[in-house]
Amino acid sequence: MTATDVAIVGIGMHRFGRTDGVSGRAQGAHAVRAALRDAGIEWKDVQFAFGGSAASGNADTLVNEMGLTALPFINVSNGCATGGSALTAAATTIASGAYDLGVAVGFDKHPRGAFNADPEGSGLGRWYGQTGMMLTTQFFAMKLQRYLHDHAMGQDVLAAIAAKAYANGSLNENAWRRSALTEDEITASPMVNDPLTQYMFCSPGEGAVALVLARADRARSYTSRPVYLRSVSFRTRRYGSFEVFSPYLSPDRADSPTVEAARGAFDDAGVGADEVKVAQIQDTEAGAELMHMAETGLCKHGEQEAMITAGETRIGGSLPINTDGGCIANGEPIGASGLRQIYENVLQLRGDAGPRQVPGRPDVAFSHVYGAPGVSACTITIV
Amino acid sequence: MTPLAPPPSPPGPAVADGLWSDSDPPRLLAGCCRDCGAYSFPVPDACARCSSVDIAAENLPPTGTLWTWTVQRFQPKEPFDGAEPFAPYGVGYVDFGGKVLVEGRLVESDPRRLAIGMRVETCLVMYRPGTYTYAFREVQP
Ligand SMILES: [Zn+2]
Repeated sequence: MTATDVAIVGIGMHRFGRTDGVSGRAQGAHAVRAALRDAGIEWKDVQFAFGGSAASGNADTLVNEMGLTALPFINVSNGCATGGSALTAAATTIASGAYDLGVAVGFDKHPRGAFNADPEGSGLGRWYGQTGMMLTTQFFAMKLQRYLHDHAMGQDVLAAIAAKAYANGSLNENAWRRSALTEDEITASPMVNDPLTQYMFCSPGEGAVALVLARADRARSYTSRPVYLRSVSFRTRRYGSFEVFSPYLSPDRADSPTVEAARGAFDDAGVGADEVKVAQIQDTEAGAELMHMAETGLCKHGEQEAMITAGETRIGGSLPINTDGGCIANGEPIGASGLRQIYENVLQLRGDAGPRQVPGRPDVAFSHVYGAPGVSACTITIV
Repeated sequence: MTPLAPPPSPPGPAVADGLWSDSDPPRLLAGCCRDCGAYSFPVPDACARCSSVDIAAENLPPTGTLWTWTVQRFQPKEPFDGAEPFAPYGVGYVDFGGKVLVEGRLVESDPRRLAIGMRVETCLVMYRPGTYTYAFREVQP
């Protein structure tokens, strides 16, 4: 448990998608300014910052725009979990008692198409990329193919998941994909990696999110509506888990880092999965949402199909998932993606989510990111 | 991508050294940890299970079962350097006798002819003009 509880007292975002002519860094600065405004503070009040971007330069150079105040600003780089890592580091810094007020920020601007592979950078032989095996899309498809086989599940549920993402995105002014799509349109889009079609995948994109974090006991001096970060849990993979960029797997299956990170987040928060009222989970593609629903403990393996078909994961269902459209409708700017989930959960907990507000005043929210080469971060936020 | 008959000697440049041994039929070369018995592919510097650096190279069986698969339908970015023009190819993990599951390209790229559990064998394929890699193809009954 932590020495000092942590609150989120300010949130800011630059809309996701394509913003031609605006650099990733400029989008990051936009998000930080919005978060400071939301918290009613100025940059000179910020005592420390953690930030990351995969393709848009060093986050700490944001001080050139925000102000040269000598604060410690540490760059974070953890693949798709970069945002979760910045948040983990910022929350731990406040929890330790070292500082009272800080910023976590993530931004990115990726070129079109799938991410580039860098075998040597991941400790793999170049042959792995040369022969066409180093693709995250392949990994998700193969993990999903085995998962559907093991749990005797059909493929129809995948289009339902993606359709929900686009429907939620159509209600989100900050989303990239703002047009609802039917399940038939999603199924009929070009096959990318069997059984996943183009519209079931998210794309690398652009965007930025910043959060202002404070000691919980001082939160009300910044906002009348603090959201409390009850836990942040970060894990890498164990021997035997099936992860992206693996030329081989052990036949002895181990739990994924998602399972361990989620369990850690629930245990540390003293909250049960059945208490979660809204969740944002990693949906790199529709099958990832399906598998992560159970890996996070939000439901049991095999239960997803009935839940999704019954609309339980839609806004208004018993367990709304990816209420802002998730990665599928927002795209994935690596540095910002994990923080987008927290931004959405804060909106939902404040009751500020507008047309996509989860009814019934949600009081417990969960987030989960997953990324290469097998890392996961989960959080519990409450009001 | 055409499967080749088992070669009596290396048929041409391999995409990388040490992935398979020049046996007939070709066999993948795995690392077996002398301390804990865990298998890896390709042969690693250290064991991912117990951190030992005492690793022995071992030939995997020539055949195994397909554990999962997909078809790669778009051209990957660099460093992919497969034959032009791009043609979709299968990818899968093959379970070699419960020792280790190895990822590789599949000779078959038609999803209707791929199924979890099918028997496959290791073969060599020319994935780009003149350069070979290993792949898996269905064992003909
Ligand atoms: Zn070992």
